[in-house]
Amino acid sequence: MILTDPLVQRMLLVGLLVGVTAPIVGTYLVQRRMALMGDGIGHVALAGVAAGWLAGSAAGLAERDALAIPGAVIFAIGGAVIVERMRSHGSAADVGMAILFYGGIATGVLLIGAAGGSNANLLGYLFGSISTVSWTDVWLTVALAALIIGVGIGLRRSLFAVTHDQEFARSTGLPVGMLNIVVAILAAVTITVAMRVVGVLLVSALMILPVAIAQLTTHSFNRTMLIAMAVGGAITVAGISITLYYDLQPGALIVVLGVAAYIAVSAMASLRRSRGARR
Amino acid sequence: MADAPDTRTPLVASGVRVVLGGNEILHGVGLTVRAGEAVAVMGGNGSGKSTLVRALVGALPTSAGEIRVFGGERDAAAYDRIGYVPQRVTAAAGVAADAREVVVSGLLGRGRLLAPRRAKQRAVAALSDLGIGWLAHRNVATLSGGQQQRVLIARALVRDPDLLILDEPMSGVDVPSQEALAHALEERKARGGAIVIVLHELGALAPLIDRAVVLEDGYVTHVGEPPAALGTHALPGHDHLHAHEDPPAPTAGPIDMGVPT
Repeated sequence: MILTDPLVQRMLLVGLLVGVTAPIVGTYLVQRRMALMGDGIGHVALAGVAAGWLAGSAAGLAERDALAIPGAVIFAIGGAVIVERMRSHGSAADVGMAILFYGGIATGVLLIGAAGGSNANLLGYLFGSISTVSWTDVWLTVALAALIIGVGIGLRRSLFAVTHDQEFARSTGLPVGMLNIVVAILAAVTITVAMRVVGVLLVSALMILPVAIAQLTTHSFNRTMLIAMAVGGAITVAGISITLYYDLQPGALIVVLGVAAYIAVSAMASLRRSRGARR
Repeated sequence: MADAPDTRTPLVASGVRVVLGGNEILHGVGLTVRAGEAVAVMGGNGSGKSTLVRALVGALPTSAGEIRVFGGERDAAAYDRIGYVPQRVTAAAGVAADAREVVVSGLLGRGRLLAPRRAKQRAVAALSDLGIGWLAHRNVATLSGGQQQRVLIARALVRDPDLLILDEPMSGVDVPSQEALAHALEERKARGGAIVIVLHELGALAPLIDRAVVLEDGYVTHVGEPPAALGTHALPGHDHLHAHEDPPAPTAGPIDMGVPT
Protein backbone atom coordinates (compact mmCIF):
# COMPACT_ATOMS: atom_id res chain seq x y z
CA MET A 1 0.00 0.00 0.00
CA ILE A 2 1.40 3.31 -1.05
CA LEU A 3 0.24 5.08 2.15
CA THR A 4 2.75 3.13 4.21
CA ASP A 5 5.63 4.76 2.37
CA PRO A 6 7.10 7.29 4.84
CA LEU A 7 7.83 9.78 2.06
CA VAL A 8 4.21 9.66 0.91
CA GLN A 9 3.09 10.13 4.50
CA ARG A 10 5.34 13.16 4.86
CA MET A 11 4.18 14.66 1.58
CA LEU A 12 0.51 14.26 2.41
CA LEU A 13 0.92 15.56 5.96
CA VAL A 14 2.83 18.65 4.89
CA GLY A 15 0.42 19.18 2.02
CA LEU A 16 -2.60 18.95 4.28
CA LEU A 17 -1.15 21.36 6.84
CA VAL A 18 -0.19 23.88 4.20
CA GLY A 19 -3.48 23.55 2.35
CA VAL A 20 -5.49 24.12 5.52
CA THR A 21 -3.44 27.00 6.92
CA ALA A 22 -2.73 29.06 3.79
CA PRO A 23 -6.36 30.22 3.35
CA ILE A 24 -6.52 31.55 6.94
CA VAL A 25 -4.23 34.45 6.18
CA GLY A 26 -5.57 34.47 2.64
CA THR A 27 -8.99 35.42 4.01
CA TYR A 28 -7.59 38.49 5.77
CA LEU A 29 -5.58 39.50 2.70
CA VAL A 30 -8.63 39.22 0.43
CA GLN A 31 -10.68 41.13 3.01
CA ARG A 32 -8.12 43.90 2.80
CA ARG A 33 -7.94 43.66 -0.99
CA MET A 34 -4.28 42.71 -0.86
CA ALA A 35 -4.67 39.37 -2.60
CA LEU A 36 -1.37 39.77 -4.43
CA MET A 37 0.64 40.59 -1.36
CA GLY A 38 1.50 36.90 -0.91
CA ASP A 39 3.12 36.90 -4.30
CA GLY A 40 5.37 39.79 -3.44
CA ILE A 41 6.37 38.46 -0.05
CA GLY A 42 7.23 35.17 -1.73
CA HIS A 43 9.70 37.01 -3.95
CA VAL A 44 11.34 38.56 -0.92
CA ALA A 45 11.38 35.18 0.83
CA LEU A 46 13.39 33.82 -2.10
CA ALA A 47 16.14 36.29 -1.27
CA GLY A 48 15.97 34.91 2.27
CA VAL A 49 16.32 31.36 1.01
CA ALA A 50 19.43 32.38 -0.90
CA ALA A 51 20.85 34.32 2.03
CA GLY A 52 20.31 31.30 4.28
CA TRP A 53 21.99 29.12 1.69
CA LEU A 54 24.95 31.48 1.51
CA ALA A 55 25.21 31.56 5.31
CA GLY A 56 25.01 27.77 5.40
CA SER A 57 27.82 27.26 2.94
CA ALA A 58 29.92 29.99 4.57
CA ALA A 59 29.53 28.20 7.89
CA GLY A 60 30.49 24.95 6.19
CA LEU A 61 27.29 23.13 7.15
CA ALA A 62 26.86 19.61 5.83
CA GLU A 63 23.37 20.41 4.56
CA ARG A 64 23.89 23.65 2.76
CA ASP A 65 20.19 24.47 2.68
CA ALA A 66 19.70 23.95 6.43
CA LEU A 67 19.41 27.71 6.92
CA ALA A 68 17.31 28.33 3.82
CA ILE A 69 13.91 28.20 5.53
CA PRO A 70 14.99 30.22 8.59
CA GLY A 71 16.42 32.78 6.17
CA ALA A 72 13.16 32.82 4.24
CA VAL A 73 11.14 33.34 7.42
CA ILE A 74 13.29 36.29 8.47
CA PHE A 75 13.27 37.95 5.05
CA ALA A 76 9.57 37.35 4.53
CA ILE A 77 8.69 38.86 7.89
CA GLY A 78 10.93 41.85 7.17
CA GLY A 79 9.33 42.29 3.75
CA ALA A 80 5.80 41.90 5.11
CA VAL A 81 6.40 44.45 7.84
CA ILE A 82 7.83 46.93 5.33
CA VAL A 83 4.80 46.43 3.07
CA GLU A 84 2.50 46.96 6.04
CA ARG A 85 4.31 50.19 6.96
CA MET A 86 3.96 51.42 3.38
CA ARG A 87 0.29 50.46 3.31
CA SER A 88 -0.59 52.16 6.57
CA HIS A 89 1.25 55.31 5.57
CA GLY A 90 -0.34 55.16 2.13
CA SER A 91 2.82 56.54 0.57
CA ALA A 92 3.47 55.39 -3.02
CA ALA A 93 2.87 51.87 -1.75
CA ASP A 94 2.39 50.54 -5.27
CA VAL A 95 5.79 51.43 -6.66
CA GLY A 96 7.47 50.83 -3.33
CA MET A 97 6.17 47.28 -3.24
CA ALA A 98 7.22 46.62 -6.83
CA ILE A 99 10.77 47.68 -6.03
CA LEU A 100 10.83 45.50 -2.93
CA PHE A 101 9.50 42.45 -4.76
CA TYR A 102 11.70 42.58 -7.84
CA GLY A 103 14.66 43.46 -5.68
CA GLY A 104 13.86 40.35 -3.65
CA ILE A 105 13.74 37.90 -6.52
CA ALA A 106 16.76 39.35 -8.30
CA THR A 107 18.82 39.32 -5.11
CA GLY A 108 17.72 35.74 -4.53
CA VAL A 109 18.90 34.59 -7.94
CA LEU A 110 22.27 36.33 -7.54
CA LEU A 111 22.89 35.07 -4.00
CA ILE A 112 21.97 31.49 -4.71
CA GLY A 113 24.47 31.47 -7.57
CA ALA A 114 27.13 33.00 -5.31
CA ALA A 115 26.42 30.33 -2.68
CA GLY A 116 27.17 27.60 -5.19
CA GLY A 117 23.55 26.61 -5.69
CA SER A 118 22.35 25.41 -9.07
CA ASN A 119 19.37 26.25 -11.19
CA ALA A 120 17.82 23.00 -10.01
CA ASN A 121 18.03 24.18 -6.41
CA LEU A 122 16.43 27.45 -7.39
CA LEU A 123 13.65 25.72 -9.29
CA GLY A 124 12.84 23.76 -6.15
CA TYR A 125 11.95 26.97 -4.39
CA LEU A 126 10.30 28.59 -7.38
CA PHE A 127 7.96 25.67 -8.06
CA GLY A 128 8.03 23.73 -4.81
CA SER A 129 9.81 20.53 -3.90
CA ILE A 130 7.37 18.54 -1.84
CA SER A 131 8.87 15.24 -2.96
CA THR A 132 12.01 15.96 -0.94
CA VAL A 133 10.42 16.75 2.45
CA SER A 134 12.29 15.39 5.43
CA TRP A 135 10.91 14.71 8.92
CA THR A 136 12.61 17.94 10.01
CA ASP A 137 10.55 19.77 7.42
CA VAL A 138 7.44 18.05 8.71
CA TRP A 139 8.01 19.12 12.31
CA LEU A 140 8.85 22.65 11.27
CA THR A 141 5.65 22.76 9.24
CA VAL A 142 3.63 21.39 12.16
CA ALA A 143 5.01 24.09 14.47
CA LEU A 144 4.41 26.96 12.04
CA ALA A 145 0.96 25.66 11.13
CA ALA A 146 0.05 25.52 14.81
CA LEU A 147 1.17 29.14 15.15
CA ILE A 148 -0.89 30.24 12.14
CA ILE A 149 -3.99 28.38 13.32
CA GLY A 150 -3.64 29.54 16.92
CA VAL A 151 -3.17 33.21 16.12
CA GLY A 152 -5.10 33.44 12.87
CA ILE A 153 -8.21 31.75 14.24
CA GLY A 154 -7.81 32.66 17.91
CA LEU A 155 -7.69 36.37 17.15
CA ARG A 156 -10.19 36.21 14.28
CA ARG A 157 -12.64 38.70 15.82
CA SER A 158 -9.96 41.34 16.28
CA LEU A 159 -8.28 40.63 12.97
CA PHE A 160 -11.67 40.82 11.26
CA ALA A 161 -12.43 44.13 12.98
CA VAL A 162 -9.14 45.62 11.83
CA THR A 163 -9.30 44.36 8.25
CA HIS A 164 -13.01 45.14 7.89
CA ASP A 165 -13.14 48.70 9.25
CA GLN A 166 -9.86 50.04 10.52
CA GLU A 167 -11.27 53.40 11.55
CA PHE A 168 -13.94 51.88 13.76
CA ALA A 169 -11.41 49.43 15.20
CA ARG A 170 -9.24 52.38 16.19
CA SER A 171 -12.19 54.05 17.93
CA THR A 172 -12.74 50.99 20.11
CA GLY A 173 -9.17 51.12 21.37
CA LEU A 174 -8.07 47.92 19.64
CA PRO A 175 -4.29 47.96 19.07
CA VAL A 176 -4.70 48.45 15.32
CA GLY A 177 -1.02 48.88 14.47
CA MET A 178 -0.05 45.76 16.37
CA LEU A 179 -2.83 43.69 14.79
CA ASN A 180 -1.80 44.85 11.32
CA ILE A 181 1.72 43.65 12.02
CA VAL A 182 0.29 40.33 13.23
CA VAL A 183 -1.45 39.89 9.87
CA ALA A 184 1.79 40.75 8.06
CA ILE A 185 3.83 38.28 10.11
CA LEU A 186 1.24 35.53 9.70
CA ALA A 187 1.32 36.14 5.95
CA ALA A 188 5.10 35.86 5.93
CA VAL A 189 5.12 32.64 7.94
CA THR A 190 2.39 31.13 5.77
CA ILE A 191 4.29 31.95 2.61
CA THR A 192 7.50 30.35 3.82
CA VAL A 193 5.65 27.21 4.80
CA ALA A 194 3.65 27.01 1.58
CA MET A 195 6.74 27.70 -0.52
CA ARG A 196 7.84 24.12 0.04
CA VAL A 197 4.67 22.72 -1.49
CA VAL A 198 3.72 25.02 -4.34
CA GLY A 199 6.81 27.21 -4.70
CA VAL A 200 7.28 30.97 -4.60
CA LEU A 201 5.59 31.54 -7.93
CA LEU A 202 2.32 29.89 -6.91
CA VAL A 203 2.27 30.54 -3.18
CA SER A 204 -0.32 33.27 -3.43
CA ALA A 205 -2.66 30.98 -5.35
CA LEU A 206 -2.89 28.58 -2.44
CA MET A 207 -3.78 31.45 -0.10
CA ILE A 208 -6.32 33.12 -2.36
CA LEU A 209 -8.01 30.46 -4.52
CA PRO A 210 -9.71 28.58 -1.66
CA VAL A 211 -11.01 31.92 -0.34
CA ALA A 212 -12.36 32.82 -3.76
CA ILE A 213 -14.14 29.46 -3.93
CA ALA A 214 -15.52 29.73 -0.39
CA GLN A 215 -16.86 33.22 -1.11
CA LEU A 216 -19.12 31.78 -3.76
CA THR A 217 -20.87 29.62 -1.19
CA THR A 218 -21.42 31.77 1.91
CA HIS A 219 -22.02 35.32 3.15
CA SER A 220 -20.35 34.89 6.50
CA PHE A 221 -16.73 35.84 7.15
CA ASN A 222 -16.13 33.01 9.62
CA ARG A 223 -17.66 30.43 7.34
CA THR A 224 -15.70 31.77 4.38
CA MET A 225 -12.54 31.08 6.34
CA LEU A 226 -13.62 27.60 7.45
CA ILE A 227 -14.78 26.52 3.99
CA ALA A 228 -11.59 27.95 2.46
CA MET A 229 -9.53 25.87 4.88
CA ALA A 230 -11.42 22.73 3.89
CA VAL A 231 -11.07 23.52 0.19
CA GLY A 232 -7.37 24.29 0.59
CA GLY A 233 -6.76 21.00 2.38
CA ALA A 234 -8.78 19.07 -0.20
CA ILE A 235 -7.12 20.42 -3.33
CA THR A 236 -3.64 20.06 -1.84
CA VAL A 237 -4.14 16.46 -0.76
CA ALA A 238 -5.89 15.64 -4.03
CA GLY A 239 -3.12 17.22 -6.06
CA ILE A 240 -0.35 15.41 -4.20
CA SER A 241 -2.23 12.10 -4.40
CA ILE A 242 -2.60 12.40 -8.16
CA THR A 243 1.13 13.02 -8.57
CA LEU A 244 1.80 9.71 -6.82
CA TYR A 245 0.34 7.96 -9.84
CA TYR A 246 1.04 10.40 -12.64
CA ASP A 247 4.28 12.22 -13.24
CA LEU A 248 3.01 15.77 -12.80
CA GLN A 249 4.43 18.82 -11.03
CA PRO A 250 2.52 18.88 -7.67
CA GLY A 251 2.47 22.64 -7.04
CA ALA A 252 1.17 23.44 -10.49
CA LEU A 253 -1.37 20.63 -10.34
CA ILE A 254 -2.74 21.85 -6.98
CA VAL A 255 -3.23 25.34 -8.37
CA VAL A 256 -4.87 24.05 -11.56
CA LEU A 257 -7.21 21.93 -9.44
CA GLY A 258 -8.08 25.06 -7.48
CA VAL A 259 -8.81 27.05 -10.61
CA ALA A 260 -10.95 24.19 -11.98
CA ALA A 261 -12.85 24.02 -8.68
CA TYR A 262 -13.39 27.77 -8.80
CA ILE A 263 -14.81 27.60 -12.31
CA ALA A 264 -17.06 24.66 -11.42
CA VAL A 265 -18.38 26.25 -8.21
CA SER A 266 -18.96 29.63 -9.81
CA ALA A 267 -20.82 27.99 -12.70
CA MET A 268 -23.04 26.19 -10.21
CA ALA A 269 -23.54 29.39 -8.21
CA SER A 270 -24.59 31.42 -11.24
CA LEU A 271 -26.86 28.61 -12.41
CA ARG A 272 -28.56 28.65 -9.03
CA ARG A 273 -28.81 32.43 -9.09
CA SER A 274 -30.39 32.51 -12.53
CA ARG A 275 -32.89 29.84 -11.49
CA GLY A 276 -33.71 31.84 -8.38
CA ALA A 277 -34.14 34.98 -10.49
CA ARG A 278 -36.54 33.28 -12.90
CA ARG A 279 -38.79 32.16 -10.11
CA MET B 1 -20.64 50.78 30.98
CA ALA B 2 -20.66 53.36 33.79
CA ASP B 3 -20.59 51.88 37.27
CA ALA B 4 -21.14 54.86 39.55
CA PRO B 5 -22.83 58.07 38.42
CA ASP B 6 -20.18 60.03 36.59
CA THR B 7 -20.15 63.79 36.96
CA ARG B 8 -17.27 64.31 34.58
CA THR B 9 -18.01 65.90 31.24
CA PRO B 10 -18.22 63.27 28.49
CA LEU B 11 -16.31 65.28 25.93
CA VAL B 12 -14.17 68.40 26.15
CA ALA B 13 -12.09 69.21 23.11
CA SER B 14 -10.14 72.44 22.76
CA GLY B 15 -7.78 73.92 20.23
CA VAL B 16 -7.87 70.79 18.08
CA ARG B 17 -5.71 71.03 14.98
CA VAL B 18 -5.46 68.27 12.41
CA VAL B 19 -3.02 68.19 9.50
CA LEU B 20 -3.68 65.81 6.61
CA GLY B 21 -1.30 65.47 3.71
CA GLY B 22 0.50 68.67 4.68
CA ASN B 23 -2.68 70.78 4.83
CA GLU B 24 -4.14 71.90 8.10
CA ILE B 25 -7.81 70.89 7.97
CA LEU B 26 -8.84 71.98 11.46
CA HIS B 27 -7.42 75.24 12.82
CA GLY B 28 -8.07 74.96 16.54
CA VAL B 29 -11.58 73.64 17.06
CA GLY B 30 -13.29 73.32 20.44
CA LEU B 31 -16.31 71.24 21.36
CA THR B 32 -17.90 70.39 24.70
CA VAL B 33 -20.69 67.89 25.16
CA ARG B 34 -22.33 67.26 28.52
CA ALA B 35 -24.19 64.19 29.72
CA GLY B 36 -27.68 63.95 28.29
CA GLU B 37 -26.87 66.47 25.59
CA ALA B 38 -26.99 66.06 21.83
CA VAL B 39 -24.75 68.36 19.81
CA ALA B 40 -24.92 68.59 16.03
CA VAL B 41 -21.74 69.34 14.10
CA MET B 42 -22.80 71.05 10.91
CA GLY B 43 -21.22 72.69 7.90
CA GLY B 44 -20.80 72.27 4.18
CA ASN B 45 -18.63 69.76 2.37
CA GLY B 46 -14.98 70.29 3.17
CA SER B 47 -15.73 72.24 6.34
CA GLY B 48 -13.87 69.68 8.43
CA LYS B 49 -16.76 68.04 10.29
CA SER B 50 -15.79 64.47 9.44
CA THR B 51 -12.17 65.24 10.22
CA LEU B 52 -13.24 66.55 13.61
CA VAL B 53 -15.16 63.42 14.62
CA ARG B 54 -12.40 61.17 13.34
CA ALA B 55 -9.96 63.05 15.51
CA LEU B 56 -12.35 62.82 18.47
CA VAL B 57 -12.50 59.02 18.26
CA GLY B 58 -8.75 58.69 17.77
CA ALA B 59 -8.92 57.59 14.15
CA LEU B 60 -6.84 60.60 13.09
CA PRO B 61 -3.88 62.08 14.95
CA THR B 62 -4.12 65.68 16.14
CA SER B 63 -1.22 68.06 15.70
CA ALA B 64 -2.29 70.30 18.57
CA GLY B 65 -5.03 70.71 21.14
CA GLU B 66 -6.56 68.52 23.76
CA ILE B 67 -9.36 65.94 23.70
CA ARG B 68 -10.61 64.77 27.07
CA VAL B 69 -13.16 62.00 27.33
CA PHE B 70 -14.85 61.79 30.74
CA GLY B 71 -12.23 64.03 32.22
CA GLY B 72 -9.24 61.90 31.42
CA GLU B 73 -6.80 60.94 28.76
CA ARG B 74 -8.02 58.38 26.32
CA ASP B 75 -7.25 55.24 28.26
CA ALA B 76 -8.92 51.86 27.94
CA ALA B 77 -11.85 52.88 30.15
CA ALA B 78 -12.53 55.97 28.06
CA TYR B 79 -12.38 54.01 24.81
CA ASP B 80 -14.90 51.55 26.22
CA ARG B 81 -17.39 54.35 26.76
CA ILE B 82 -17.26 55.66 23.19
CA GLY B 83 -19.55 54.33 20.49
CA TYR B 84 -18.55 55.50 17.02
CA VAL B 85 -20.67 55.31 13.88
CA PRO B 86 -18.44 56.14 10.92
CA GLN B 87 -19.75 57.34 7.59
CA ARG B 88 -21.24 54.43 5.73
CA VAL B 89 -18.98 53.13 2.99
CA THR B 90 -20.91 51.45 0.22
CA ALA B 91 -17.91 49.78 -1.41
CA ALA B 92 -18.01 46.12 -0.43
CA ALA B 93 -15.10 44.64 1.47
CA GLY B 94 -13.12 41.84 -0.16
CA VAL B 95 -14.80 39.11 1.87
CA ALA B 96 -18.49 39.15 2.73
CA ALA B 97 -19.50 39.43 6.37
CA ASP B 98 -22.93 39.03 7.89
CA ALA B 99 -24.53 41.67 10.08
CA ARG B 100 -23.95 39.77 13.29
CA GLU B 101 -20.23 39.44 12.62
CA VAL B 102 -19.96 43.16 12.01
CA VAL B 103 -21.81 43.98 15.23
CA VAL B 104 -19.70 41.55 17.30
CA SER B 105 -16.64 43.62 16.44
CA GLY B 106 -18.25 46.39 18.50
CA LEU B 107 -17.65 44.30 21.61
CA LEU B 108 -13.87 44.43 21.26
CA GLY B 109 -11.55 47.07 22.61
CA ARG B 110 -8.23 47.82 24.20
CA GLY B 111 -7.23 44.73 26.12
CA ARG B 112 -10.23 42.85 24.73
CA LEU B 113 -8.98 41.12 21.61
CA LEU B 114 -11.35 38.20 22.01
CA ALA B 115 -15.12 38.40 21.85
CA PRO B 116 -16.70 38.34 25.32
CA ARG B 117 -19.16 35.66 26.36
CA ARG B 118 -22.57 35.69 24.70
CA ALA B 119 -21.18 38.06 22.09
CA LYS B 120 -23.39 36.64 19.35
CA GLN B 121 -26.55 36.93 21.42
CA ARG B 122 -25.68 40.49 22.39
CA ALA B 123 -25.03 41.37 18.77
CA VAL B 124 -28.39 39.97 17.67
CA ALA B 125 -30.11 41.81 20.53
CA ALA B 126 -28.49 45.08 19.40
CA LEU B 127 -29.72 44.45 15.86
CA SER B 128 -33.19 43.66 17.15
CA ASP B 129 -33.27 46.92 19.13
CA LEU B 130 -32.95 48.70 15.79
CA GLY B 131 -35.62 46.51 14.24
CA ILE B 132 -33.31 44.46 12.05
CA GLY B 133 -32.71 41.33 14.12
CA TRP B 134 -34.01 39.31 11.19
CA LEU B 135 -31.07 40.51 9.07
CA ALA B 136 -28.43 39.06 11.44
CA HIS B 137 -27.28 36.44 8.95
CA ARG B 138 -27.47 38.53 5.82
CA ASN B 139 -24.44 39.78 3.96
CA VAL B 140 -24.12 43.45 4.96
CA ALA B 141 -23.03 44.40 1.45
CA THR B 142 -26.42 43.38 0.05
CA LEU B 143 -28.48 45.36 2.57
CA SER B 144 -30.10 48.67 1.69
CA GLY B 145 -28.39 51.89 2.71
CA GLY B 146 -30.71 52.36 5.67
CA GLN B 147 -30.25 48.78 6.84
CA GLN B 148 -26.48 49.08 6.58
CA GLN B 149 -26.62 52.27 8.60
CA ARG B 150 -28.64 50.51 11.29
CA VAL B 151 -26.02 47.73 11.41
CA LEU B 152 -23.30 50.33 12.01
CA ILE B 153 -25.38 51.93 14.75
CA ALA B 154 -25.99 48.53 16.36
CA ARG B 155 -22.22 47.98 16.30
CA ALA B 156 -21.75 51.20 18.28
CA LEU B 157 -24.70 50.65 20.65
CA VAL B 158 -23.72 47.08 21.50
CA ARG B 159 -20.86 48.68 23.44
CA ASP B 160 -23.45 50.42 25.63
CA PRO B 161 -21.60 53.69 25.15
CA ASP B 162 -21.97 56.81 27.27
CA LEU B 163 -20.69 58.99 24.44
CA LEU B 164 -22.06 58.31 21.00
CA ILE B 165 -20.33 59.88 18.00
CA LEU B 166 -22.05 59.60 14.62
CA ASP B 167 -20.84 60.80 11.23
CA GLU B 168 -23.69 61.66 8.83
CA PRO B 169 -25.93 58.78 9.88
CA MET B 170 -28.90 60.11 7.89
CA SER B 171 -27.36 60.29 4.43
CA GLY B 172 -28.90 57.83 1.99
CA VAL B 173 -31.21 56.40 4.64
CA ASP B 174 -34.87 55.43 4.12
CA VAL B 175 -37.62 56.78 6.36
CA PRO B 176 -38.11 53.67 8.55
CA SER B 177 -34.37 53.59 9.23
CA GLN B 178 -34.38 57.31 10.04
CA GLU B 179 -37.14 56.69 12.54
CA ALA B 180 -35.36 53.70 14.08
CA LEU B 181 -32.23 55.81 14.38
CA ALA B 182 -34.01 58.82 15.92
CA HIS B 183 -35.71 56.51 18.40
CA ALA B 184 -32.44 54.84 19.41
CA LEU B 185 -30.77 58.23 19.92
CA GLU B 186 -33.65 59.57 22.02
CA GLU B 187 -33.46 56.55 24.24
CA ARG B 188 -29.72 56.93 24.64
CA LYS B 189 -30.10 60.62 25.47
CA ALA B 190 -32.88 60.03 27.99
CA ARG B 191 -30.55 57.67 29.84
CA GLY B 192 -27.97 60.42 30.17
CA GLY B 193 -25.89 59.55 27.14
CA ALA B 194 -23.99 62.28 25.35
CA ILE B 195 -24.29 62.48 21.57
CA VAL B 196 -22.16 64.15 18.91
CA ILE B 197 -23.69 63.91 15.48
CA VAL B 198 -22.41 65.23 12.17
CA LEU B 199 -25.32 66.38 10.06
CA HIS B 200 -25.85 68.13 6.78
CA GLU B 201 -29.25 69.26 7.97
CA LEU B 202 -31.31 68.64 11.06
CA GLY B 203 -34.20 66.87 9.34
CA ALA B 204 -35.93 64.25 11.44
CA LEU B 205 -33.45 64.74 14.27
CA ALA B 206 -34.33 68.42 14.90
CA PRO B 207 -36.27 67.75 18.16
CA LEU B 208 -33.29 65.85 19.57
CA ILE B 209 -30.57 68.44 19.02
CA ASP B 210 -29.75 70.79 21.89
CA ARG B 211 -26.97 72.74 20.27
CA ALA B 212 -25.19 73.04 16.98
CA VAL B 213 -21.57 73.75 16.24
CA VAL B 214 -21.07 75.01 12.71
CA LEU B 215 -17.73 74.58 11.00
CA GLU B 216 -16.49 76.46 7.98
CA ASP B 217 -13.07 75.81 6.44
CA GLY B 218 -11.86 74.26 9.65
CA TYR B 219 -13.00 77.06 11.97
CA VAL B 220 -15.98 77.11 14.32
CA THR B 221 -18.24 79.89 13.04
CA HIS B 222 -21.32 79.34 15.16
CA VAL B 223 -22.19 77.71 18.47
CA GLY B 224 -25.69 77.61 19.90
CA GLU B 225 -29.15 77.33 18.43
CA PRO B 226 -29.15 75.07 15.39
CA PRO B 227 -29.26 77.27 12.29
CA ALA B 228 -32.59 76.42 10.71
CA ALA B 229 -31.64 77.56 7.24
CA LEU B 230 -28.37 75.71 6.99
CA GLY B 231 -29.89 72.62 5.49
CA THR B 232 -31.20 74.47 2.49
CA HIS B 233 -27.77 75.00 1.00
CA ALA B 234 -26.77 71.40 1.45
CA LEU B 235 -25.49 70.01 -1.76
CA PRO B 236 -27.66 68.09 -4.23
CA GLY B 237 -28.20 64.51 -3.28
CA HIS B 238 -28.40 65.34 0.37
CA ASP B 239 -32.08 66.06 0.74
CA HIS B 240 -32.87 63.57 3.45
CA LEU B 241 -36.53 64.32 4.00
CA HIS B 242 -37.46 61.54 1.63
CA ALA B 243 -35.99 58.13 1.15
CA HIS B 244 -33.66 57.63 -1.74
CA GLU B 245 -31.46 54.91 -3.09
CA ASP B 246 -27.85 54.45 -2.18
CA PRO B 247 -25.48 56.90 -3.78
CA PRO B 248 -23.04 55.31 -6.24
CA ALA B 249 -20.29 53.42 -4.50
CA PRO B 250 -17.10 55.39 -3.99
CA THR B 251 -14.02 53.75 -5.41
CA ALA B 252 -12.20 53.78 -2.10
CA GLY B 253 -12.07 50.64 0.04
CA PRO B 254 -13.72 50.36 3.42
CA ILE B 255 -10.58 51.17 5.33
CA ASP B 256 -9.57 54.14 3.25
CA MET B 257 -9.29 57.19 5.42
CA GLY B 258 -6.80 59.33 3.62
CA VAL B 259 -8.99 61.95 2.04
CA PRO B 260 -10.71 64.58 4.17
CA THR B 261 -14.25 65.48 3.31
